[in-house]
Amino acid sequence: MIDFRDVSFVHPTGVKALDSVTLTIKDGESLAIVGENGAGKTTLVKHITGLLKPTTGVVLVDGQDTRSTSTAALSKKAGVAFQNPDHQLFSESVEEEIAFGLRNFGFSEELTAQRIDWSLKFFGLEEYRKSSPLILSGGEKKRLTLACILSWDPQVVVLDEPTVGQDSIQKEKLAEIIRMLGSTGKTVVVVSHDIEFLWPIQPRVVVMAKGKVVADGPASRVFEDAAVLSGARVTQPQLVALSQMLKSKPSAPFVDYLEARRSLTEVLK
Amino acid sequence: MASLLEVKGFGFKYADSPKWAVQDFDLSAGEGEVVVLAGPSGCGKSTLLRAINGLIPHMYVGEYAGSVRVAGREVASTPMRELAQLVGFLFQNPENQIFMFSVERDIAFGLENLGVQRGEMRERVDEAMRTLGITELAKRAPHELSDGQKQRVALAGVLAMRPKLVILDEPTSLLDPMTASELVSSVDRIRKETSATFLVVEHRLDLLVRIADRLVVMNEGKKVMDGRPTDVLSDPDAQGYGVAVPALTKLENAMIKDGIKLRGNLLTAEELAREVNSRSR
Repeated sequence: MIDFRDVSFVHPTGVKALDSVTLTIKDGESLAIVGENGAGKTTLVKHITGLLKPTTGVVLVDGQDTRSTSTAALSKKAGVAFQNPDHQLFSESVEEEIAFGLRNFGFSEELTAQRIDWSLKFFGLEEYRKSSPLILSGGEKKRLTLACILSWDPQVVVLDEPTVGQDSIQKEKLAEIIRMLGSTGKTVVVVSHDIEFLWPIQPRVVVMAKGKVVADGPASRVFEDAAVLSGARVTQPQLVALSQMLKSKPSAPFVDYLEARRSLTEVLK
Repeated sequence: MASLLEVKGFGFKYADSPKWAVQDFDLSAGEGEVVVLAGPSGCGKSTLLRAINGLIPHMYVGEYAGSVRVAGREVASTPMRELAQLVGFLFQNPENQIFMFSVERDIAFGLENLGVQRGEMRERVDEAMRTLGITELAKRAPHELSDGQKQRVALAGVLAMRPKLVILDEPTSLLDPMTASELVSSVDRIRKETSATFLVVEHRLDLLVRIADRLVVMNEGKKVMDGRPTDVLSDPDAQGYGVAVPALTKLENAMIKDGIKLRGNLLTAEELAREVNSRSR
């Protein structure tokens, strides 16, 4: 469980990036954080691994106070794939990159080799095994950071803007990974501007604006409130907007186009 | 429409690579057109863009085939300095191209390099700031701005050069949904006001289909689809090439398949809802 208790964070420049955030993320929950640029989303997730410590308030990860727990210990629990993969790739080859974390956490060489094979295959990066991470495309680098994190099997997976640079096939795969992690009891926190990507996953959604949490609840409820969303410069998913504007309104917004198809074809036939 | 960009039989093979990154590529775009380029990662999009802004062959070594012309000038034989005035390039991450101490200095940077006269420089910088609605940010330090503002500053710097062709590389991917939507509207306004041609690489198509004239899909270095966005997106092949078909377009395609006749080009939820509401009993 991750517990933010009245957390504020003030940058050394004096800018208040988080303002009295109270938020509990349960084990096995899939949570999306949305909001305008500069709303504090990335600052919030950096508190989970202790990369940032609260100025006031407390963050507890599995009951441990992040202020008195090492970042290394927290990282084993929570893996973060940052927005810009260049910030976390530095090894000479793709396989070394994955091995780095595993060795640091004391995995045996045998297990390390197994995990490398699995993650390269899973993320379609086998052909780059011996290549430098620097020659990968932006989308491939993103996948590599994810491969690194999943290889050591953390309880919490944090993805900051995972869809940037990914084509629709990769995005579909990413959505599957998030669902799969959820079904195996992992906690997944996704920061994303890509509303259309998030909607079919139906996560719990937290909306942030100016360092505060302004809405929190199931996707279907949060995305229905156009006024709150627009205050945080977020738009509604296309299917939610459509559902609300129909004369014969569905009882809940359409989650995917197939559901909408059944309903609309019925109305128009 | 006069053809502003003319790519004919273009191909390029990097010196250290065994295969051609792009092959037999044809593409033309007229003045004021917005052409969106999509395709899976590694399909050759970046190579094509480099061949249009001149990095290929001026900076990259390799085997070059065919011809790439912008405003009638052959890119391979035009000096980079002159190309910089024809082709503007906006990177995905604005941090890569803004670095001066104030917004207006940053926008003026390219013009200073070209030795543009002071008076004209002032005029062009002011105009670019007006176009993007950032006049009030003129004296601010770029690093204090939000990502959306930075993106607009970077685009203003590109527009101040008055390029004939502007390349945008995933311009909305780091922007919140509303800022992204505003940027797309700005592009639409700018192309109407200046007749600049826009070539946009983008994976998120829900916003861009509203303003794009054409959608070109690349796969394994070749052009595999080219047409009006609605036509390309309703072709079942598009998804196989990694093109993100917006949920609304998928829905409309499926309804048409079910035998429902829809008035063409319903690109927003409002338009589709109006159509359905007007016909439901």
